[in-house]
Amino acid sequence: MSKNNTIKKREPVLMQGNEAIARGALDAGVNFYAGYPITPSTEIAEIFSYELPRRGGKFIQMEDEIASISAIIGGSLAGAKTMTATSGPGFSLMLEGIGFAKMTETPCVVVNVMRGGPSTGLPTKPSQSDIMQARWGGHGDAPAIVLYPNSVMESYELSIRAVNLAEKYRTCVVLLSDEVLAHMRETVNLPDLSKIKIIDRIKPTIPPEWYKHFPENPKYPMPMASFGEGYRFHVTGLSHDEKGFPTNKAKEISRMMERFRKKIEYYIEDIVQIESFFMEDAKIAIFTAGITARAAKEAVMKARKRGIKVGLLRPLTIWPFPDGAVKKYLGDKKAIIVPELNEGQLSHELKRVMGGIWNYEIRKTKNIVELHKNSGELITPEEIFQTIREVK
Amino acid sequence: MAKAIFKKEIRLSGSGGQGLITAGIILARAAVIEKHRVTQTQTYGPESRGGASRADVIISNAEFYYPEATRFDILITLTQEAYDRHSFNLKDDGILIADNTSVKNITLLDSEVYELPFADIAQQKLGSLLPTNIITLGFLVRITNVVSEASLKKAIENSMKPQYVEMNLKAMKIGFKLADEYKKED
Repeated sequence: MSKNNTIKKREPVLMQGNEAIARGALDAGVNFYAGYPITPSTEIAEIFSYELPRRGGKFIQMEDEIASISAIIGGSLAGAKTMTATSGPGFSLMLEGIGFAKMTETPCVVVNVMRGGPSTGLPTKPSQSDIMQARWGGHGDAPAIVLYPNSVMESYELSIRAVNLAEKYRTCVVLLSDEVLAHMRETVNLPDLSKIKIIDRIKPTIPPEWYKHFPENPKYPMPMASFGEGYRFHVTGLSHDEKGFPTNKAKEISRMMERFRKKIEYYIEDIVQIESFFMEDAKIAIFTAGITARAAKEAVMKARKRGIKVGLLRPLTIWPFPDGAVKKYLGDKKAIIVPELNEGQLSHELKRVMGGIWNYEIRKTKNIVELHKNSGELITPEEIFQTIREVK
Repeated sequence: MAKAIFKKEIRLSGSGGQGLITAGIILARAAVIEKHRVTQTQTYGPESRGGASRADVIISNAEFYYPEATRFDILITLTQEAYDRHSFNLKDDGILIADNTSVKNITLLDSEVYELPFADIAQQKLGSLLPTNIITLGFLVRITNVVSEASLKKAIENSMKPQYVEMNLKAMKIGFKLADEYKKED
């Protein structure tokens, strides 16, 4: 680490993806980090370990990932903005805690820098194989907000956004990255702090005896008292009522579950971000996210130079899945190419939206072409370009 | 008049511990000083010493997307293994800089090839193998002018701990001198 880590004046600098995530979170107000280092996410913990103490925040290196997620939930309940970062093996361990954060509507952010799996897999190689896990990994029906940038600058921006969305919707937001994105360095020009929109937690203003930690019809951002402020509430992983106490009443349980679903469903426009790259007149579309989108863009440019009308649709919000945008942009395309560093996770979801996973007739007419790689290498622009030529 | 678009893809390859990623970062920082668009990526094995390691730097004055070098304008190879693996993707008019302490077998015909025992020179002149990366980088910059020497110097000063700056600036100058002598020999 060099002296470049202290940015006094905001001018173009060379920054690493992981550093951008840490910087974004710090700018968004994260003041508590508990984590267990793991390649390729370790730099995030490293930066927090020296930035937080000197800003009056707290950094704890925990004994493992289960303790890490538990600590950031506790920190959040005590009023802090919290984050932890890990990779696949650690993310698997954190899933139980992530479910607890969602059940107790406790804001926090978990960064998962994806590497090859399963198990210990490929610590120093990229992968995109936790896309489904980030949505469906934990048990029980639960809402999921999952973001995935494709550049160092965007890692910074989406890190801020992840913290904001966690605070606004009182849930655990997952920020995905991958080994290449996390370790690569790019020129970034960070915006002035005054230009960044930060969502801070709203404190209840009503008398403590009226306070409900889990109100039936809240507005978002949802007010949230911290422990020790005189507002009494109960926190449990059991299904609970408005005060947080366990309940077995069918009505109260479904009301809670409905609200979990609706707080994502109703605000999907606020949560979903997509990028449309040369899609206006495209006959062939590429659909991918994260680092693979970088290869896709290069391939689009190459194909455009040769007169082939190709575009890229890229979700920055992976979950909730942007069904509407997918239908709107991809519905009339001759072919959709889905390159990804897994064995077909985004494409699986795309097929659901485009007319049924098991309906082979529809899949054939829609011509969804999957391009997978699971070897720890990136999909290259050349490989995507070849596929474009094949489907043209 | 529209500025000519340039894009240089550079790969520094060898084995873990040779400081290639550090050299890549320094080169990238030098290019940022010159207000270019830069990406720097790397791959390495689970071990930080031994094992194949490489760093890529792409420098351009226009927008580009894919962050890894695919067809190299400049290739540094510090081991035979790195040479064997990467030399096929060097452009025909590309530049190869090889450490012939380790790279014994060079088969390229078209490219501009520079061979020097950089590791031996580092050991002899600076008493350590550590500055091999910066000697090579200094050599690269003087031969190719991919960034200015002033930017390189500034990037080294910004990237190294204060106690190592002097030795590395010395290494950079050795690299410059080697390049001048190499040119004369031609």
